[in-house]
Amino acid sequence: MAKTSNVAFQVMWNRLISVVEEQAQALVRTAFSTSVREAGDLSAGVYDPRGRMLAQAVTGTPGHVNAMADAVAHFIRRIGRQNMFEGDVYITNDPWEGTGHLHDITMVTPSFFNGTLIGFFACTAHIVDIGGRGFGADAHSVYEEGLYIPIMKFAERGEVDETLTRIIRGNVREPDQLIGDVYALATCNEIGHRRLTDMMKEFGLTDLDGVAEFILENSRRATIERINALPRKEATGEMTVDGFDVPITLKVKVSVLEDRIVTDFSGTSPVDKKGINCPMVYTKAYACYALKVAIAPEIPNNAASLAPFEVTAPANTIVNAQHPAPVALRHIIGHFVPDAVFDAFDKIVPDVVPAEGAGCLCNFQVSLRPRTDAPAPEDARRSEVLMFNSGGSGARPQHDGLNATAFPSGVMTMPIEATEHAGPVIIWRKELRPDSGGAGRMRGGLGQYMEVSAMDGHEFDIQAMFDRSQHPARGRRGGHAGGKTTIARDDGSEMQAKGKQFVPHGRKVVMAFPGGAGYGDPKMRDPDNVKRDLARGYISADHAAEYYGLSQSEIADVEDAVRRGEPV
Amino acid sequence: MKSSSVRLGVDIGGTFTDVVLESDGASFSTKVLTTYSAPENAIIEGMHQVCEKADVAPSAIGQIIHGTTLATNALIERRGAKTALITTQGFRDVIEMRTESRFEQYDLNLELPEPLLPRQMRFTVEERVNAKGDVMIPLERSDVERVVERIAEAGFNSVAVGLIHSYLNPSHEELVRDVLAEKLPEVAVSISSEVSPQMREYERFNTVVANAYIKPLMASYLGRLEDRLKGEGVDCRIFLMHSGGGIISIQNAAEFPVRLVESGPAGGAVFAAHIAARYGIDKVLSFDMGGTTAKICLIKDQTPKTARVFEVARTYRFKKGSGMPISIPVIDMVEIGAGGGSLAHVDALRQIRVGPESAGSEPGPACYGRGGERPGVTDADLVLGKLDPENFAGGTIPLHPESAKSALKDHVGIPLEMDASEAAFGVSEVVDENMANAARVHAVENGEDLSEYTMIAFGGAAPLHAGRLCEKLGVERLIVPPGAGVGSAIGFLRAPFSFEANRSVYMKLSDFDAGAIKKILSELQNEATGFVRSCDAESDVLSEFKVYMRYTGQGWEIPIRLTEIQAMSPDADTFLARFEEDYAKLFGRTVAGMDVEITVWSVNATTPPETVAPVQIAAHAEPASAEGVRQVFDPVSTKFLDAQVISRDALSPGRSVKGPAVITENETTIIVPAGRTALCQPDGCIDILKGD
Repeated sequence: MAKTSNVAFQVMWNRLISVVEEQAQALVRTAFSTSVREAGDLSAGVYDPRGRMLAQAVTGTPGHVNAMADAVAHFIRRIGRQNMFEGDVYITNDPWEGTGHLHDITMVTPSFFNGTLIGFFACTAHIVDIGGRGFGADAHSVYEEGLYIPIMKFAERGEVDETLTRIIRGNVREPDQLIGDVYALATCNEIGHRRLTDMMKEFGLTDLDGVAEFILENSRRATIERINALPRKEATGEMTVDGFDVPITLKVKVSVLEDRIVTDFSGTSPVDKKGINCPMVYTKAYACYALKVAIAPEIPNNAASLAPFEVTAPANTIVNAQHPAPVALRHIIGHFVPDAVFDAFDKIVPDVVPAEGAGCLCNFQVSLRPRTDAPAPEDARRSEVLMFNSGGSGARPQHDGLNATAFPSGVMTMPIEATEHAGPVIIWRKELRPDSGGAGRMRGGLGQYMEVSAMDGHEFDIQAMFDRSQHPARGRRGGHAGGKTTIARDDGSEMQAKGKQFVPHGRKVVMAFPGGAGYGDPKMRDPDNVKRDLARGYISADHAAEYYGLSQSEIADVEDAVRRGEPV
Repeated sequence: MKSSSVRLGVDIGGTFTDVVLESDGASFSTKVLTTYSAPENAIIEGMHQVCEKADVAPSAIGQIIHGTTLATNALIERRGAKTALITTQGFRDVIEMRTESRFEQYDLNLELPEPLLPRQMRFTVEERVNAKGDVMIPLERSDVERVVERIAEAGFNSVAVGLIHSYLNPSHEELVRDVLAEKLPEVAVSISSEVSPQMREYERFNTVVANAYIKPLMASYLGRLEDRLKGEGVDCRIFLMHSGGGIISIQNAAEFPVRLVESGPAGGAVFAAHIAARYGIDKVLSFDMGGTTAKICLIKDQTPKTARVFEVARTYRFKKGSGMPISIPVIDMVEIGAGGGSLAHVDALRQIRVGPESAGSEPGPACYGRGGERPGVTDADLVLGKLDPENFAGGTIPLHPESAKSALKDHVGIPLEMDASEAAFGVSEVVDENMANAARVHAVENGEDLSEYTMIAFGGAAPLHAGRLCEKLGVERLIVPPGAGVGSAIGFLRAPFSFEANRSVYMKLSDFDAGAIKKILSELQNEATGFVRSCDAESDVLSEFKVYMRYTGQGWEIPIRLTEIQAMSPDADTFLARFEEDYAKLFGRTVAGMDVEITVWSVNATTPPETVAPVQIAAHAEPASAEGVRQVFDPVSTKFLDAQVISRDALSPGRSVKGPAVITENETTIIVPAGRTALCQPDGCIDILKGD
């Protein structure tokens, strides 16, 4: 049965995907960084000996997609195949050859079977601290953003480089945690390697050549079929967001060619003085994610399924920042790339992509310390707490946007009860923000309110990383914009959407995170859905009247039904 | 624990209600169709059937153990009471905002499951407790009364109360409960500090809401059941199987019905654990495969592994995160959409995909000849020779091989240029691989190596696939017990009285407080023992102590078992040593220089396990003689081989049959792969081992 090999290859492909998912799970369970274990900001993949990615775990962050795909080739080039031995583990946090900032550590392990190099395992995790100025946009160059680890060996033939670990320990704020995470990454590759070895034995393989060709050929063909089904057109898109001190404009041209799609960012704003610049790898990852999710969502990520998505940008634009530009918060611009690409793609294939959403995650870090304006209680302490939060996603052609749900990032928020155990911080409010979803035939997802203070006896700095305070998500096809970001102290004093700001003892920070934009004319919205939204308090009575034309008597009927506990 | 020699086990499943009666060591079982509108009717009917078979009067029944999917179904189908949530101001939307993430990254049209209660049914009160359990904003009674008035006006039947950090300080939740009891005595109330006193507000609130949502329904059902049974002359006590693998009183079940979710599968795991005990096997993988799903559970030292949180009502291809989390003690199982009815197709990548979509029983897979056109796993099994078309389900459902072949050919063979047999092989391999992957991932998550495990397989489709699964997982021994079709109901009769009490309290080992630990664990022990005592006043009650520990900074705790001495005379060095031992086992190494913390404390009180008579392993007698030969596909050599066919009845203890072989019985068919030998043991189990 000549075709039996086909069945075996199918099983092996399944297996490799399961192996990398398992690799990622192991990392989530052993990592110390909140960003990895709670938020899922990590990635894991398996590669053939040429460095071509065969399978990748689907984790919280599309930002690692292409970056990971390219990284192993850099390792092969830098280390040299002749210098690779069984028991080696390699490491880097190079923003340009890894995944975009010093806070991502990538580790690669060569996989040997019967003495022959048969492939590589790689994984990446976002760690909480890498020294330097700390996680923020304040550095003027990458040199100030923390310790740089060029591509090098972490272990050779099983022997860990203790000089390297001492240098790492000496340069970061939480050395035990970081070294714990590095070991977790190494373990994660080791688990992948063991499972691959089992598979090789089970199927009596000596190398991965056959299964690699099977995976890559099927993926290439399926991806190109999808591209061929698109109109051979090009279109441009443009979007402006707050930036740090000056607004940033992303310009994009998407061209559908015979066997590939080229996305070019010519005309985009230049690199910024602040650390919100994006290395090309990260831009590529999000541009590619936007197109893949629109046209080929179920094709797994690998070298062949990603290759037809070409991404280019002139050097020194904010989406192709060159060394030594500061890049720590590259996610802020990176998370907006899909909305910019969608703006162009919508002109090629209408009614597939959503309206604009909140875009970048609404993250902030609080640095708490004993109050300095008066004697602090004895148990007051210092603590750093990082929180991941989401605004609303954009309305889709046939569905409302998702309330307080991350897009394009897929990371999770932390339970507030867990956050309050992590440091002397109080979250007073974390709930949906009515009227923030842009009106439309399909409504944008709601943003959220948050209120934060320190526990009695503490003061704090808040490192804000918000956008869309000046530039809300824009609607599509007559849909309205989503609500803007706002931030202020509870005594009414103004605050900025980005940067480190002091909050004195006893004060709260009051924040409203942005909503997604609407899709289509709100007057076309199904009145039952308007009434449902009113009953639930997603929209206020005024909003229902103003944007959707609900009459006063209809509003009164809904309010009565809610009072009587009747379904709406 | 036996209060009488006649005991009845009843499992209400989605399709069938299984009833098992045991009397003086003999066992009688039946399956009747579940009667959705009044589930007690099926029980009464089944009870009469087994009483007749056993020749005992219903009044002779001394004890009834009951498990049911009714609670689960009510959650899935959203058929609960009109329920309100009262929560802390500022946190009205916790059950709706979930984790703020998408469980599927690559679907632009993703829809998140609706919360059980829409926003207008969620009310807030002004109050706040901090992470130390101290009150920051006291709850005013007048504020509660204001909300209670609105609840009265809207006519809610059930109320859930979930306040921030209430697992540390329940006083505010108790105040709300008391005001409700006073003003609206007819309304059912559930408070999160009782239902699930664990940290993490999303899971806790969702659990208390689920409890409140199904409470009136379950209370009314259980009341009716008691009455009906009394009417039939059955005057014994009724106990309920809970998701953690033990049994509780009917009163506790009515108070905490959310604990009944997953009671059926828990019974299956207890069934497998009991067989493991009979054979003295310490590491067992239980494998239960039915028409729609397969469930896999690890059983160590004859005890099913448990967890503190699980997910029900997954809405999206059984995907993690697409259901709702319930934080209660539960037997830890992986469930995937792989069963006899799971349908196969070829996707854009020319890959065969199987499930989770299922043909169900109507129309069923193509071979049922009831109009199903798409190929299912049963079609592949038939084409590969694993099933006899004349003798499926004891001959009650004739199978149509030609329909199976053409469905496989049309939907899988043609797109992939394969003939029907190859397509069937592909479908079968993919579904087996899916199950094997789920088992492997589950094992790795628990730091276990499956090659040291024995598989126990039950459920209609499991014995057809278990042999191949063992080959894929490197498992050497497979046991297929008799009575596999009613395994859960038998399991109910083997379960101890048990109750697990949990509490979240943070403690770092660097701040180790032996006095406080003793106090927490003693309180939990008293609470859990009290529940067990309400079921059984005389038996010994054993306590199992567990603490959940992690390195400070990590997000995942691992459960550490403690002996009674370690728990009651706690010292930090012992706790650390126990943690490091288990951590190294799970993850390969410990981490130097990190503080360790305890997050959750747990005591499970249980009556001692039933003493088990060990099976005397049968000596090999001469091989059984085959009743026939048929061609069965061998996935290793990828060829059809001649397989002996023998009926299970003909296989008396000590007789063996060498694979490839097919052992037929009414409820299922056992496939013995080439290179393995099946031996019938004295208790009727078919014991399949590698080699001759």
